[in-house]
Amino acid sequence: MIVIDTGNNIAALAAKMARPKVIAAYPITPQTKVVERIAEFVEKGELDTEYIHVESEHSAMTACIAASATGVRTFTATASHGLLLMHEMLHWAGLSRLPVVMVNVNRSIGPGWNIWSDLNDSLSQRDTGWIQFYASSNQEIFDNVIQAYKIAENEEIFLPAMVSYDGFILSHTSMPLDVPDQSKIDAFLPAFKPGWTLDVEHPITHGNIVSPKPYMDIRYSMEKAMKKAQKIIQEVGEEWGKKFGRPYGLVQEYRCDDADYVFVTMAALAAEAKVAVDNLRDKGEKAGLINLRTVRPFPYSQLKYDNMIVIDRDISPGLGGIIYHEMKKLNYTMYSFIAGIGGVDVSYKDIERMYQLAQDDKEGWYPLEVK
Amino acid sequence: MAIKDLPRDEYLLKGHAACPGCPITVALRIALKALGNKTILVIPACCSSVIQALYPKSGFNVPILNIAFEAAAAGASGVSAALKKLDKTDITPVVWAGDGGSYDIGIQALSGALERGTNFIYICYNNQMYSNTGIQRSGATPYGAWTTTTWTGKKEHQKELGEIVRAHHIPYVATATISYPEDLYAKVLKAKNMKGPRYIEIFAPCPPGWRFDMSKTIEMARLAVETGAWILYEEIDGQFAFTSYSKKILEGRDRKPIEEWLQLQGRFRHLTEDDMKKINSHLDEKWNQYKKS
Ligand SMILES: Cc1ncc(C[n+]2csc(CCOP(=O)(O)OP(=O)(O)O)c2C)c(N)n1
Ligand code: SF4
Repeated sequence: MIVIDTGNNIAALAAKMARPKVIAAYPITPQTKVVERIAEFVEKGELDTEYIHVESEHSAMTACIAASATGVRTFTATASHGLLLMHEMLHWAGLSRLPVVMVNVNRSIGPGWNIWSDLNDSLSQRDTGWIQFYASSNQEIFDNVIQAYKIAENEEIFLPAMVSYDGFILSHTSMPLDVPDQSKIDAFLPAFKPGWTLDVEHPITHGNIVSPKPYMDIRYSMEKAMKKAQKIIQEVGEEWGKKFGRPYGLVQEYRCDDADYVFVTMAALAAEAKVAVDNLRDKGEKAGLINLRTVRPFPYSQLKYDNMIVIDRDISPGLGGIIYHEMKKLNYTMYSFIAGIGGVDVSYKDIERMYQLAQDDKEGWYPLEVK
Repeated sequence: MAIKDLPRDEYLLKGHAACPGCPITVALRIALKALGNKTILVIPACCSSVIQALYPKSGFNVPILNIAFEAAAAGASGVSAALKKLDKTDITPVVWAGDGGSYDIGIQALSGALERGTNFIYICYNNQMYSNTGIQRSGATPYGAWTTTTWTGKKEHQKELGEIVRAHHIPYVATATISYPEDLYAKVLKAKNMKGPRYIEIFAPCPPGWRFDMSKTIEMARLAVETGAWILYEEIDGQFAFTSYSKKILEGRDRKPIEEWLQLQGRFRHLTEDDMKKINSHLDEKWNQYKKS
């Protein structure tokens, strides 16, 4: 069914259709509508879940971890400072190998208080052991949330998964999208089969004192699961394509085949870059685009073009653009642009301009300092 | 119930790693006898997270979710919600936390879980300091006590977490200690047979932390009650009553001089006359308040 709705309402709807048994969440702009919408579903009796009105995001993540460890599917949603407050428990979920799923609405970090989008909040969680998806449309928010459950709960993976999308640009913007019937979602996403549980018949002690070697083994197995996730994400994305007509992989390539320069970016910026690519092509420039759907696992194998123009809406102070630096181990010519920090608008015109700048062998903070 | 009639079941097995004379193991052993095997423990960082023994072994024979220091009550909220959805409400989620994880870093999650009416039991064993990290002050450390962060003695009195918890108007609040095991057992059992948020605080004298001989743990708990330094009470649905020995003091029996308890502990060795006055007047004030209410 085609619906027209905002990113936040779509995230809440996707969560509802995944039938989590426990939801724990705390409001923060620009995610707030997600928690409100879920409260509405629960109170109207449309969603059969225990909704825990926690007193903080730290408790939200903790409650999801504990509920997942007790054997049920869980959901939470947050943004920015809420995600940062969860940081300790994000590691806890990862190391516990619990497939908690959440959405994060990208928002800048204070001070000063800035509610507009950049990706520093989620990218600064990239080492916590979470699979990270980014959406560049409301359709992708929906599709990613459902697939995230199937991937995270895969018995070869058992890792938590986060779906991020830009605050306001997607969270508060209505777009048309296709929402499959609940019966089709149920057929796609089977009931949760936990990897381990707190079971009084078979008592286990989870997370007690551990010596270095078995701890390192745990880390190693996480890394293997992340690597394996590349394959599973691909497979689940193909299955989604067969069932719903929209195939997914680790990245979305657009007009890359004969391209001289390929943009690499993600989230809402990638939607803007797509327009820029079309315009550039109209002008006779051979431009292409890679939209990163996942950042963890990082889709190295899919980034195989020369002259990649990497646009980061994020910054690791003292290092540079995070995605650009993650890609640096690849042996291709690359250009780095830092743009749109703190929600500064980046239009397709700006992206076309970056294309020209890269051709002139220039890069940097757009438009502050490009050389 | 007499101590010889306590259930024979043991959920705290041999091979745990607590210090000799540890109060936690005494308290937990009795508490688990009351709770039984249909219990899921949530344990934040504290001595109890260390003494379970080394992975992959465990000296505890009920399922345990170890969780971050400040997160125990939120963890129990998640377990409780999941159990409800799984129709397993015969299983009791129980937090087992130290005073640091309860009075200080975990008070937000605790208050939140109580206010939400979470169906769980929160047990705080109070050894009046952070022992896991090597004897630092906590919000439960009493005035004058030496710790490694209060070298000349703590300058503030402890807060009363029990009173803060009571302000949440939950079905059950109680205090207990290991020298009155029947009282402790009865309270945990009572809590187990109720629903909603239930809070029990167990006074737990720690030999290395308080600087007394490990053979004196139980005696130290008994003296704390006899001198009035620790008070045993119970509040069921708003009905507040002293229990056990504390009730006798309230009804007229003499409180032993607090000095009898203090002088056995190395952590109070340096106390001056002035300190003693402060401690005594604080104690009198507390008792007078209870007598009035
Ligand atoms: C966020 C965080 N801060 C600090 C610590 C270090 N830490 C672990 S246990 C502990 C003290 C625990 O004290 P308490 O709750 O009283 O329990 P006890 O050790 O006395 O049993 C501290 C400070 C931690 N694990 N996590
Ligand atoms: S330090 Fe104290 S509380 Fe901790 S294990 Fe030793 S005796 Fe028990």
